[in-house]
Amino acid sequence: MSSTVAPATDPARFLQRLGDILPPARVLSGQAQLAAYESDGLTAFRTAPLAIAVPETQAEVIALVRLCHAEKIPFVARGSGTSLSGGSTPVAGGLVITLNRLNRILRVDPAQRLAVVEPGVINTAVTLAVASYGLHYAPDPSSQSICTIGGNVAFNSGGAHCLKYGMTSNHVLGLKAILATGEVVEFGGASRDQLGPDWCGLFVGNEGLFGIALEITLQLLPRAEVFHTVLAGYRTLEQAGDAVSAIIASGLLPGAIEIMDALALEAASAAVHAEYPPGCEAVLIVELEGPREVVASQRPQLDALIAASNPVEARPARDATERAAIWKGRKSAFSAVGRLSPDFIVQDGVVPRRRLGEALRRIAEMSRAAGIRCANVFHAGDGNLHPLILYNGTESGALERAEILAGKILHMCVEMGGSITGEHGVGLEKRDYLATMFNADELDCLHRLRDAFDPLGLANPGKMFPDGTAPALAQHGLHPLEKAGLISRE
Amino acid sequence: MNATLTPNTLAELAAAVRSAPHVLAIGARTKPRLSAVAPDVTLISTLGLSGITEYQPDEFTFTALAGTPLREITATLAARGQYLPFDPYLLDAGATLGGTLAAGLSGPGRFRFGGLRDFILGVRFVDGAGRLVRLGGKVVKNAAGFDVPKFFVGSLGRFGVFGELTFKVFPRPATTLTLRLPVADANAASQILTTAAGARWEIDALDLLPTADAVALRLAGPAAALPLLAKEILTRFPGETLSAATADALWADLRELRWTFTKGPLLKLALTPAQLPALAATVRAHAGRIHVTAGGNAALVSLPATIASLGLPALTLRGPGPLWLDAPAPPAIAAAVKTALDPQNRFPSLAA
Repeated sequence: MSSTVAPATDPARFLQRLGDILPPARVLSGQAQLAAYESDGLTAFRTAPLAIAVPETQAEVIALVRLCHAEKIPFVARGSGTSLSGGSTPVAGGLVITLNRLNRILRVDPAQRLAVVEPGVINTAVTLAVASYGLHYAPDPSSQSICTIGGNVAFNSGGAHCLKYGMTSNHVLGLKAILATGEVVEFGGASRDQLGPDWCGLFVGNEGLFGIALEITLQLLPRAEVFHTVLAGYRTLEQAGDAVSAIIASGLLPGAIEIMDALALEAASAAVHAEYPPGCEAVLIVELEGPREVVASQRPQLDALIAASNPVEARPARDATERAAIWKGRKSAFSAVGRLSPDFIVQDGVVPRRRLGEALRRIAEMSRAAGIRCANVFHAGDGNLHPLILYNGTESGALERAEILAGKILHMCVEMGGSITGEHGVGLEKRDYLATMFNADELDCLHRLRDAFDPLGLANPGKMFPDGTAPALAQHGLHPLEKAGLISRE
Repeated sequence: MNATLTPNTLAELAAAVRSAPHVLAIGARTKPRLSAVAPDVTLISTLGLSGITEYQPDEFTFTALAGTPLREITATLAARGQYLPFDPYLLDAGATLGGTLAAGLSGPGRFRFGGLRDFILGVRFVDGAGRLVRLGGKVVKNAAGFDVPKFFVGSLGRFGVFGELTFKVFPRPATTLTLRLPVADANAASQILTTAAGARWEIDALDLLPTADAVALRLAGPAAALPLLAKEILTRFPGETLSAATADALWADLRELRWTFTKGPLLKLALTPAQLPALAATVRAHAGRIHVTAGGNAALVSLPATIASLGLPALTLRGPGPLWLDAPAPPAIAAAVKTALDPQNRFPSLAA
């Protein structure tokens, strides 16, 4: 049933054959070169791969996957390495295929409102490339200025605007991919409709277990004409939660509803010099968007709802600069927490929205009982939590204690009828918890699908499923490149 | 005549799948060509599996058994000011939630927020081995496991029998306003569809009517805003604002497919607005009618008699003729995925 990795035939021969595909400068295998790739956004774990391949063309990626298949070498696709679930953590003895150089926007069709891109294109680069047509690419993970579309597709990334616009999957119209079997497939196309089963839908969110996307057709939407973004501070988290309930019950459909708690505010304000209303346990961000006539008509309704929710202070953004500042504070919260603690785990469990208050109370209790600090930043409109569990990896047993708390939070989410992951994916981090959501038959069904795409179990093994691959080594502190100030988790 | 089983519980549904070597689920058979299969296939009716099992308006989600009539769902949602934004078809005809998912049939409202694929969250289904499994989730956001619920959109019941489905819903806009924009031909229509779709107006539905002489453009939102938007749109494209009664009748006629020939095939196509003029010419050459929806991305074609090709892949929903015209080539992985979900080939193939 489980996909076990076939033993490598001969690493030396594999490396030699790698040299037939790529010039020496684009095969990294020295210890120092490998170090940068040993972990991703889940910095608690690292593994040294056999080698890093740096392809520049789709043909090279295809040749690399076919070589891995022929030599039975596991491979892990990697974009910018921002996965918070360890999705691109290397596999020992395996190849890392970096896709950053496949960063071409192949085609923009403003009339059909789509863009065809390679997997290494940065999320925000898509919107930049189409902004002159009045269009944008909607999914906006917090790391969007650095994460790649290929990674977004593999993990069905979300963002702050999922309530109205959905996740990455809702914006992928077509795909060309190299499967782990070495076959190249094409799914979907330029139309927003389809005939037959939704192959694109099945592929998006496969966590790298099916293969590697080579070309992605993205739907674009007209950019909203105007925004009304309000930041409101509350004495208690409960009050902020009540405001969310009132907005949801009102019939409004905001583009985003976000909450940050006191600890997250402390971090964000230090990191981006944002000033939040003083003495607040929570800040709520709500954003309306649309044609100016529609927003003008809905704005008084939202303002009245917020006024009635008894905030300490409510600040509507007066212009684009103020709106950008509100979002910068929100989107930098994760990396800002790095200022509060040398190490942290970011979770992204989901609970039914009406139980958000209860979930936050229980997280606070569990965090107090464990003596571990926990900051909360979350997509309140979706019930998607982001507890940031702070620990110091140099203290003996600290990571283990943080993981125990993380596990308790995941169990709570499932018990409340939610999910262990809203948008980060299962990855390496939560693979042991997949079985809390799915029974043996359901897991078997998922395994059979994986085996259909990857009978040898070579594509990103050890992610999503707890199937016996060697555990990664624990480490502490920031990623090597983060320490060097070259990358940040935004 | 196919033998038919009518289970009344999910356990009975799983047992029904296990009871015969070849089975296919049916709902109210409002798209009967999809289940017109070989006589040795046992049909499993989901009509005994009906009812909304969970509805939390403040969660924007509901869960219902697969045989639940859509009209029951839309009425229940409407009572709480919510709706399925993709305007499912054939409400009055009794279409079921499961049948709609299997057919992959999203209506005009899918233009704004997307179709079935954008609202399906979770599925409890019986796989080809007869096991009742649930994949996806019951909350609006979930990334755990492969997205099999999305895969099932348009799968024609060939990979599993749906038992229970969870969907996302949205608050229903306060009001709607429909404009009728006359067009000389399909080229002019294609032009309007493309231009309007990229504009700032946040259009709710954008269709070329089966009469072929006008585009229907629907706005949805606050009452104070829509006439202002409509005024601007009518300066760009000549036309008129329809009365509420006329507009309601127009969309209801489209929803119930009242414009189609009573005999002859009814086909579904996926396309782009650029492909519209050629398709419209082919349809006209065969004395057929076409309703283009989703801003020119989907079409229903009704023909007086069968034909061999429309120049694009097409799926026959109703009437005579083969299931597919110019069937899309299955991706290389199709057979392996079929085996994964249906190891004993209990469900018919997608091809028939």
